[in-house]
Amino acid sequence: MRRAFLAILRRDLTLAARAGGGGELALVFFLTLVVLVPFALGPDLNLLSRIGPAILWLGALLSVLIGLDRLFQADEEDGSLELMRASPLPLEAAVLAKGLAHWLTTGLPLALATPLLGLLVALPVEGVLPLVATLAVGTPALSFIGAAGAAVAASLRRGGLIVPVLVAPLTIPVLIFGVSAANAALGGTVPFRTPFLILAGLSLASVTVGTLAAAAALRSAE
Amino acid sequence: MNPISFPHLRLFAENLTCRRGGRLIFEGVSLSLASGEAVSLTGRNGAGKSSLIAMLCGRLRPEAGRIGVEGADEAELTELCHLVGHRDGLKTALTAQENLGFAQAVLGQPAATPVEALAAVGLAHAATLPVGYLSAGQRRRVALARLLVAARPFWLLDEPMSALDTASQAMLTGLMRDHLAQGGAILAATHGPLGLNEARELRIGP
Amino acid sequence: MASLIDLANPTRFMRLSAVLLPWLAAAAAVLLVVGFYLAWFSAPPDYQQGETVRILYVHVPAAWLAMMFYSMMALSALGTLVWRHPLADVAQKAAAPIGACFALICLVTGALWGKPMWGTYWVWDARLTSMLVLLLIYLGIIALWRVLDEPSRAGRAVAILTLIGFVNVPIIKFSVDWWNTLHQPASVFRMGGSTLDPSMLWPLLILAAGFTLFALALHMVSMRAEIMRRRVRTLTILEAERLDRLAAQGAPA
Repeated sequence: MRRAFLAILRRDLTLAARAGGGGELALVFFLTLVVLVPFALGPDLNLLSRIGPAILWLGALLSVLIGLDRLFQADEEDGSLELMRASPLPLEAAVLAKGLAHWLTTGLPLALATPLLGLLVALPVEGVLPLVATLAVGTPALSFIGAAGAAVAASLRRGGLIVPVLVAPLTIPVLIFGVSAANAALGGTVPFRTPFLILAGLSLASVTVGTLAAAAALRSAE
Repeated sequence: MNPISFPHLRLFAENLTCRRGGRLIFEGVSLSLASGEAVSLTGRNGAGKSSLIAMLCGRLRPEAGRIGVEGADEAELTELCHLVGHRDGLKTALTAQENLGFAQAVLGQPAATPVEALAAVGLAHAATLPVGYLSAGQRRRVALARLLVAARPFWLLDEPMSALDTASQAMLTGLMRDHLAQGGAILAATHGPLGLNEARELRIGP
Repeated sequence: MASLIDLANPTRFMRLSAVLLPWLAAAAAVLLVVGFYLAWFSAPPDYQQGETVRILYVHVPAAWLAMMFYSMMALSALGTLVWRHPLADVAQKAAAPIGACFALICLVTGALWGKPMWGTYWVWDARLTSMLVLLLIYLGIIALWRVLDEPSRAGRAVAILTLIGFVNVPIIKFSVDWWNTLHQPASVFRMGGSTLDPSMLWPLLILAAGFTLFALALHMVSMRAEIMRRRVRTLTILEAERLDRLAAQGAPA
């Protein structure tokens, strides 16, 4: 059982490192989104620094969601999902392994890249670490809520934007508490801890619910 | 390679009905497949050969009828069946050996090592090549090598001979003979001959 | 043109580049050493900016090379699409990461220069912003190369994207300038203004030449690696098929 779990995790990490796509594209897309914002808002650093956490959170959220449609679709197309269905490993554990690999190659790099992107929006130094922390804690929720959407779309021939459309509304709570925790670190009436703990709770709940829902969707795909 | 010997098992299906997208594909199909037996499943295109195989390995729920195993717990059916379908289940960026190692870890019940299995399908020289470098016939053989890395008694093969040249077809026939001798059983949807004299034929559809 | 046609044959290119490469690298090394010496010890510090002005000696050549490599890529893209030059897409693929690196060096040095000047690492200054957009275009092209795995098909797709990007670069530059003046009427600070004292100009020119030769040497190494990578790929596939035939003949059923 553990061997099967680790095999799926290792395979997805190897594929991400070897074939490209996924994670690194999400990073480039993240950078692109952050670059686009000042063109719309103007280069006023005071304004950008005030809304910096919001820009970075929105950018990270969209970057995670855009690439999610391939999470199960690729495995469904080439038949390797059949192997996971035939495994003694419960499908839930397979989903957990794939979601974990997705987070390690997408969400975590995005969180780690935010200090650099923070420079672009003149994020105050004291806001950098809290922002990285909120993204590191919040992105698993995005990966796993997304996994449920991706599982529903796995057998669709024309997936495309359907996954972000399905999933984006479900990520609103994560966005709210992620941004408010990051903002709380920059001052304000709410202490950082409160929204941050709620964010962590949301994340844990999403990992559980997302895993169960994705496995159920994959099982009933036909 | 350790010699494998499967316990006596019988896979049976009674009066299966299949309906997909509101269209009746087949009805009243029954089947019995015991250890050491081979069945070649024939029928026109669209007669439901692939659907029947999907039902037997638990991927598709029959609209009516019953599927079961004698000699084992029914819940284990998916873990007793080896499926090689139209899709090879291979990742082009991974090597043949890595692909088989992954299949072995996921399927459990390890038998031959990936290298031994590749040697058995005549692809020992391609073990460390990415599957993306291989031709369609070679990929199919890598997929078939999966049958050897995990020991499962029921082989469900969907058009196993397609994309294979004559030499590889003979190789596959040899593998199937060995499997039957070990007490395994084979159901193969096919258009051409399997090369197994003892194979019964089950024809579905008109 | 004659030399281009001579070079068309990858084998000839490999032979020629093997001869050329040490000379190119040596010339680059000499120019860089002399240039850095002059920039470090002989050029005066700026009366306003002090010692930080020396960043200019890396920043300006990097900016120039980032643009030059993109132009080279556009030329190679034409070579792929119009003349079907067999080395064009190799040249293009090899150029992208090098150009992206120089764009990144330009941005990083710009940010390091910006800290003492503006008090912050990044300001949405028109030039820096255009360079950042150029970096994004580079990253997109590199990503496309990584996603497409069949070299011959990838070549055409990337060539089309490169040309679209090339046509767009002046438009982007113009738009960014317009956007920037809209928000900041007076340009606060200009990097590498047009009036440079000769004591600063000479080291800069020598370093620009040195960096260019260095980049061209890198490009040549990278092209050679790409040609060899493709050969290895083809040979591996052929070998797998040959061994397959041998195995089939050796053990007839």
